Amino acid sequence: MKDVMGVIYVNDDDEALQPLTKDRCVASVPFGGRYRLIDFILSSMVNTGIFNVSVFTVRKYRSLMDHLETGKSWDLNRKQDGLFILPPQTHYHSSEFQGALQSFNQHLDYFHRCRQEYVVISGSNLVCNLDFAPAVSFHRESDADITILYKEVEHPEPDFAGCGKIITGEGERVQEIITASNPARGEKAALCIYVMRKALLLDLIQQCTEAGKFHLLGDGIIGNLQNLKVCAFPAEGFLSMIHSIGLFYRRNMDLLQPSIWGELFFQPGLIYTKVKDEPPTRYTENAVVQNSILANGCIIEGRVENSVLFRGVRVHKGAHVKDSIVLQRSVIGENARVEYAILDKEAYVSAHKTFRGEERKPVVLEKRKTV
Amino acid sequence: MIRARDCVAMLLAGGEGRRLGMLTRELAKPAVPFGGKYRVIDFTLSNCTNSGILTVGVLTQYQPLILNSHIGIGIPWDLDRKDGGVTVLSPFVDQKGGEWYKGTADAIFQNLYFIERYDPRYVLVISGDHIYKMDYSRMLKYHQEKQADVTIAVIEVPWAEASRFGIMNTAQDGRIVEFEEKPEKPRNNLASMGIYIFDREILQDHLRVDQANPASSNDFGKNVIPQMLQADCRMFAYLFRGYWKDVGTLESFWEANMDLLQDQPDLDLNDLTWPIYTVNPNQPPHYIDPAARVKRSLINEGCMVFGQVEHSILFPGVQVGKGSVLRDSIIMSGTTIGTDVLLERAIIGENVIIGNGCYTSSPGKELIVVRENSIFPDNSVVESTLNGEMMGLRGEKK
Repeated sequence: MKDVMGVIYVNDDDEALQPLTKDRCVASVPFGGRYRLIDFILSSMVNTGIFNVSVFTVRKYRSLMDHLETGKSWDLNRKQDGLFILPPQTHYHSSEFQGALQSFNQHLDYFHRCRQEYVVISGSNLVCNLDFAPAVSFHRESDADITILYKEVEHPEPDFAGCGKIITGEGERVQEIITASNPARGEKAALCIYVMRKALLLDLIQQCTEAGKFHLLGDGIIGNLQNLKVCAFPAEGFLSMIHSIGLFYRRNMDLLQPSIWGELFFQPGLIYTKVKDEPPTRYTENAVVQNSILANGCIIEGRVENSVLFRGVRVHKGAHVKDSIVLQRSVIGENARVEYAILDKEAYVSAHKTFRGEERKPVVLEKRKTV
Repeated sequence: MIRARDCVAMLLAGGEGRRLGMLTRELAKPAVPFGGKYRVIDFTLSNCTNSGILTVGVLTQYQPLILNSHIGIGIPWDLDRKDGGVTVLSPFVDQKGGEWYKGTADAIFQNLYFIERYDPRYVLVISGDHIYKMDYSRMLKYHQEKQADVTIAVIEVPWAEASRFGIMNTAQDGRIVEFEEKPEKPRNNLASMGIYIFDREILQDHLRVDQANPASSNDFGKNVIPQMLQADCRMFAYLFRGYWKDVGTLESFWEANMDLLQDQPDLDLNDLTWPIYTVNPNQPPHYIDPAARVKRSLINEGCMVFGQVEHSILFPGVQVGKGSVLRDSIIMSGTTIGTDVLLERAIIGENVIIGNGCYTSSPGKELIVVRENSIFPDNSVVESTLNGEMMGLRGEKK
């Protein structure tokens, strides 16, 4: 893997995850009790042995930079290679940003300076635990110009809506990528993960930039399907692309199944995140916790059921948290009730208050807001 | 170029901790896991950082491997510094030979050259086997205000227990007039916490005098402090109010752990203004099954709980099977407990496997202490490990 570098780009606009993305980009949306979305793809790359990773940001990346720091948590604080956070060279007005290739084009120096021959490019909103080694081997052996990873759709949920449907022919050669309709069960959903030579990526950047086109999949890959050998390779395991509040809620809730918890967090490697120095979670005499996952630093004096609690959450006496996702340092006051809700960081549900959504429509309490 | 500084801390961490039995078979007392996440030494190291004392020498001797790898270059405590930071000081030889550290004072004496490099005005001597949160900078300020040569931190202990400690008899202004090691009839209840601030030059002089005395056992409490008193040094007692516990025995180690489980613990680990730092294991949030029941407990990340956990502490990655009951127990990292197990007053080491239906049976309420990597087959009695000769140790021949 010494000759492979990783590139993570913004593949989703943040409107779909409002209000969680009010002050943060999709990549830094918290997930799974202590992680942020970018941790999954970043850890997958590091566990694969990729130690040169760049993160191309577009906007609202303060929390992302704060999270990534120098890459220490991923062992990416290196003298050679390591982590590169590459923000835009110029400020984009709302309609000016048109795609990843535009970001890449602003940082050609980075690509020129890297010594790696291959590049694994990925979007930043995937929840997954992947080993890229088989895909890279396949790419080399199949003599493909571009290998695009896909997931065979297993359920009717909209995880891969808008991803593009891949039609393959002999030897997994991609014949067509249909973006107009969503991939159905049994079909191949195009993940935003690509393997190619760095030289080819540079060509695509130049060709598309000259034509004023910047969309990586639409312009860079679909636009070149006839000239290039594009192959498809399957990704295995628990996988989702978080592009709505509903999916955010349901994929978090999936972690309450021990089999998915074990698969996503341990197989094939550990998912890393920025460490916080929280003590273990403390349960008091009156705590009642069932079917939940809890990160460190919580103090539980009340009742928690079917919920995901991030670090440092406080559930006071008589409070009841049910079917909810509670982000870092939120507080649920005495005898308060929270149901089908997402509480963003440092939210506060006052004593005796109720904050309740519906199963298919969870409500969100914004960061640092009080009920 | 080394910048001179006010105060250098010397942290004594070479203790064997014989009274901790199996827990210190393979590691030094300061490296013993504590509180579901930490090692004992984390409390003093974090105190240093939080007090702004950023040059720390850690004196190691007994079983240093785990301790050394835990401390590393001091990253978790922000003690990885270009200038200063943490330095592990183990016994060494030079052209004249060398020896093990004979006592606490000898350990400092042999490393005077380390202290001199930083040319500090004061030297803080602390030990890595106490659980407490203390702002040493306030003690240093007191030391300066009193224009003391030596300041010794003291804590009020119950009168009934005073004869177990080194007791300071003080004058009105806090000046120490007498020091009694484990007095039969204590006249005061101010016990030494083993935390000293010395003026560097006075420390140097007295360490040299102590070295020249062949009858000395080169120990601060036994030799150097009495010697300084006799020499009429200005010695003051600094009264510390707060939680402090020596975890020198199995019983006190267990008690200090259990103290963390009160609804309002005396030692607040959640206090954001005084965090206790340690090496973080990076595990996912812990999982509590619908059939599980957890109360009065500390549970770390990576655990999976399907049974009942009451008044217990689980380190990262512990699994507790269905129908199992844990009471008053401490379970260290990576241990797997099968189904229908009953554990009471047990301290279980790392990576132990306890089969289904195992149980503790301790009519005398003795603590059960199990060494790391032990294996208990289904339906067996979970007993204390004796001399490490356990059946079926992982990775060792039976």
